Amino acid sequence: MAMQPAPQPRWMRWVDSRLPIFGSMAHFNAYPTPKNLNYWWTFGSFAAITLVVMLVTGIVLAMHYTPHVDHAFDSIERIMRDVNHGWLLRYVHANGAAMFFLVVYIHIFRGLYYGSYKAPRELVWWFGIIILLCMMATAFMGYVLPWGQMSYWAAKVITNLFSAIPLVGEGITTWLWGGFAVDNPTLNRFFSLHYLLPFVIVGLVVMHIWSFHAVGNGNPLGIDVKSPKDTLPFHPYYTVKDVFCIGIFLLVFAAFVFFAPNFMGHPDNYIPADSLVTPAHIVPEWYFLPFYAILRATPDILFINAKLAGVIAMFGSILLLFLLPWLDNSKVRSANYRPAYRVAFWLFVIDCIVLGFCGAAAPEGIWLDISRIATAWYFFHFLILVPIIARTERPKPLPFSISEPVVKTAARA
Amino acid sequence: MRLAIAAGLALATLSAAAYAAEADKPKSESWSFDGVFGRYDRAQLQRGLKVYTTVCASCHGLRQVHYRNLVEVGLTPSEAKAVAAQKEVDEIADDGQIKKRKADLKDRFVSPFPNVQAAAAANNNKAPPDLSLIVKARENGANYLYSLLTGYGAPPADWKEDGKPKKLDTGQHYNKYFPGHVIAMSPPLTADTSVEYPKDGPKPTVEQMAKDVTAFLAWAAEPSMEDRKRTGIKVMLFLLIFVGVFFVIYRRVWKDVH
Ligand code: HEC
Ligand code: HEM
Repeated sequence: MAMQPAPQPRWMRWVDSRLPIFGSMAHFNAYPTPKNLNYWWTFGSFAAITLVVMLVTGIVLAMHYTPHVDHAFDSIERIMRDVNHGWLLRYVHANGAAMFFLVVYIHIFRGLYYGSYKAPRELVWWFGIIILLCMMATAFMGYVLPWGQMSYWAAKVITNLFSAIPLVGEGITTWLWGGFAVDNPTLNRFFSLHYLLPFVIVGLVVMHIWSFHAVGNGNPLGIDVKSPKDTLPFHPYYTVKDVFCIGIFLLVFAAFVFFAPNFMGHPDNYIPADSLVTPAHIVPEWYFLPFYAILRATPDILFINAKLAGVIAMFGSILLLFLLPWLDNSKVRSANYRPAYRVAFWLFVIDCIVLGFCGAAAPEGIWLDISRIATAWYFFHFLILVPIIARTERPKPLPFSISEPVVKTAARA
Repeated sequence: MRLAIAAGLALATLSAAAYAAEADKPKSESWSFDGVFGRYDRAQLQRGLKVYTTVCASCHGLRQVHYRNLVEVGLTPSEAKAVAAQKEVDEIADDGQIKKRKADLKDRFVSPFPNVQAAAAANNNKAPPDLSLIVKARENGANYLYSLLTGYGAPPADWKEDGKPKKLDTGQHYNKYFPGHVIAMSPPLTADTSVEYPKDGPKPTVEQMAKDVTAFLAWAAEPSMEDRKRTGIKVMLFLLIFVGVFFVIYRRVWKDVH
């Protein structure tokens, strides 16, 4: 079924016999892919494209940016006003970060719905979570670079979290800052790390892709590929589908960049950083809001004070995902065949959206109550609900193979 | 799914309510630069520049804008030079002494105060912020700014804080749209403000001046806006064609797959 690679010109064979680079690419092209992948499977390529866009725009921005507390804000304005197409670079990079998270969150929810984290794809899932953690660190440090009010206060609030750690907390915070306050050394190291981490992400993405190429893609039915009839070569089938879908993704992306570039940003970040004026509401970018809500939701728990509990809960909410392949030990992957899990999944989606709104509101009154309930639900979902469902649910009968149900619907049509 | 959207919407309204500070919602004006095809109105920008230089510039800087940028609002280079020449900047002369020279096209707009401390000291301890980015630095920037400039008045008779009647101190002014209602800026635009407007244009009423200076400051905050939107339309058209072509190819390639 795999298309035979076209005969290669001599120079390609010359290279290939020394370093099989073109041969591997041909392997990539012929990679047998389940033929029933739906549109949710295209978000991985959106993420990959966005990563490239972020690298390219970021490197050019770095040519014009000045990492110094006295000049950072002005250098950004210079990029916006005087650098050729600087406004384009910056708006693409800023909105690109948001698009990246949007796409990756959908990609993760896709994984949660279709059980993509289950055997034999646990490593794919793990690399994904590590990518997510690196993305968060990168985005956080990138947000500090313009040195606006939100940049500065976000840096202050988040680095301060580490001071909650008993005994060594204060020391760690001073070490992170490179001094006794968020200041020039902090900005400098954030810039350095913000430049470094995306390349770490590239490496992780290679591992991520390598690890699902080794075992093959999952698919919406959640059953294994049984015969070559179930698959299509990646090229041209999925390359054209992905390129078409990337076009649609870029339309959405471009709509933000060109017509609402500051829609997702916070106006306060157009005010230069001022350590003496605290903004009325310190809020992170929207993609951190659910975690920010969890951070601020926790009360004192036994001997752990509220701040430390919040930090533990926030990091725990992500680290928990590493255990998911074992918390959910149901053999059935796709939620389409798991009626109870499917309900739990949608409740969890709602829970995350609720947490997002809680993160945007001040942690008082009804909002604090809601964020506590939503945080509790988040952990209840993974630690109790999912394991119980996995062990008690009666899944619906699975189709025999990928080609079977598809052939049937086609015959009916 | 539907449940999720409904819950989301309900929460959105709730959280919007939770966020409203103690300030009135700004008036909603229509601006020439609104929307996908929005452009700046050059005549309006020039009137706004006049309002800024005659009124606001005595307290507020505009340091992200250079005098050379004024050709973008439609001034000739010599007109822009004339605007610059009204101010002076420091320069190190050949003998090493600091001396004054007239500002030029290459210079940033000269700020009225040498530093924030001086600015605050001259204004009841509230430094007037630089206005270069003010329209982007406020929620709903243009509408807010216009409302602020036209929102002065006497405080309501039953004005209270924490149950106690509240009064204005010296140097304080009541403004409906300013968060907390008490602002240190005295009404900058009043019936007595005299800004020279072109004969063939609108009269310099308070509303008109407020609108014009707001438009000017919107330009100052985002001079690349027109370029951005123009490029955006081309990019969107290109992407639409791209998507169309690849949709056809995609369908062709997949037509025999069942
Ligand atoms: C006499 C000095 C003075 C003049 C003239 C003046 N302002 Fe102000 N302005 C101030 C001061 C002082 C503040 C700070 C007010 C505060 O924080 O309470 C201020 C604040 C502002 C703000 C910020 C409001 C906010 O949301 O924080 C804007 C916008 C503004 N002025 C616009 C203007 C414009 C436009 C003009 C010209 C039409 C102007 N000002 C003329 C002194 C002045
Ligand atoms: C830089 C960010 C990322 C890139 C570029 C990326 C890219 C991809 C690509 C191209 C695929 C194959 C197509 C697809 O299934 O959508 C994929 C699959 C997958 N990704 Fe990611 N990904 C990223 C982040 C993540 C994260 C953060 C997670 C989860 C925490 C994750 C989990 C998965 C899983 C489980 C699969 C296998 C799904 C399957 O084929 O059944 N990914 N990824």
